Amino acid sequence: MRPYPRFAGGIALAAFALVAAATKMDAPADAAFDIRLKTLESELRCLVCQNQTLADSNASLAEDLRREVRELALAGKNDSEIRAYLVARYGDFVLYDPPLKRTTWLLWIGPFALLAGGGALWWTILRRRERAAGFMAPTADPAAEARGRALLDDGEGPPRAS
Amino acid sequence: MKTVRWSIPLALFVVLIAFLWIGLGRDPREVPSPLIGKPAPFFALPQIHGDKPLSTAELRGKVWLLNVWASWCVSCRVEHPLLLQLAKAGIVPVYGLDYKDKPDDARAWLAQNGDPYTASIVDRDGRVGIDYGVYGVPETFVIDRSGIVRYKQIGPLSVESLQEKILPLVRELQK
Repeated sequence: MRPYPRFAGGIALAAFALVAAATKMDAPADAAFDIRLKTLESELRCLVCQNQTLADSNASLAEDLRREVRELALAGKNDSEIRAYLVARYGDFVLYDPPLKRTTWLLWIGPFALLAGGGALWWTILRRRERAAGFMAPTADPAAEARGRALLDDGEGPPRAS
Repeated sequence: MKTVRWSIPLALFVVLIAFLWIGLGRDPREVPSPLIGKPAPFFALPQIHGDKPLSTAELRGKVWLLNVWASWCVSCRVEHPLLLQLAKAGIVPVYGLDYKDKPDDARAWLAQNGDPYTASIVDRDGRVGIDYGVYGVPETFVIDRSGIVRYKQIGPLSVESLQEKILPLVRELQK
């Protein structure tokens, strides 16, 4: 009835329209979408400058591939479908995280196998040394051992555990 | 016992050297294509000369080469004389994929350097290039009668690569 609320509503509507026009309301949830693309692109390799990710590279192929990734995502493809799309064209090399398969098992298992091998070697050497040391002690005759102990316990030098 | 002691580190060292020798001898820029043995991706693109589009369907039944090139590509000039020679010999039709190029520039380039292509198609935005996994122009694909990609050369063609790999493969496929 009163003109005031209608007037205020009109202003609010106009302001909303302005804000909507300025921030492009036609792309909802843009931030989350951009973060998703950025994360995906930083797991993919640029083929031209091979030590850069798709997200970091300025190569023109990287731009094209980013466009492709964005279009696939807009078409409703999920991350693994987009990855499969690129792998079908460029091979596993585009993935910074290579899949575990027959040709890559050495890559994945190798370091652990080396670690285990090194550990086993270290343990064997320690055991051998320990056994050698343990084998020596009982052979000394009691008189020599007493002399040795007296030398160790003569009070000079730092105190030792007997 | 003594020989065992030094032969183990020596064997490990030899293995390491072998790995490094092979690994460092490879060119990291040559990424094996997953397309080998798979059907050549479909395209239907406008041609540089004339306005009739060319599609992969029309190329069924013959062995053909797809050479990815561009007027802005420097190393394409290196392989160009070889392509002209190949065209003159008429062994195998070579189709050009003009990758991310302006058709006017491409036409001028062909007029200046000679046109070895049976037909050239224009991939302005590089989409067909992506389908073929192109990342280093020039690239050359060998495609067989049933449309299967049999070989991919990354970088410019050379006398060696033609004589040792591509031409023997083409002859084999044409039998």
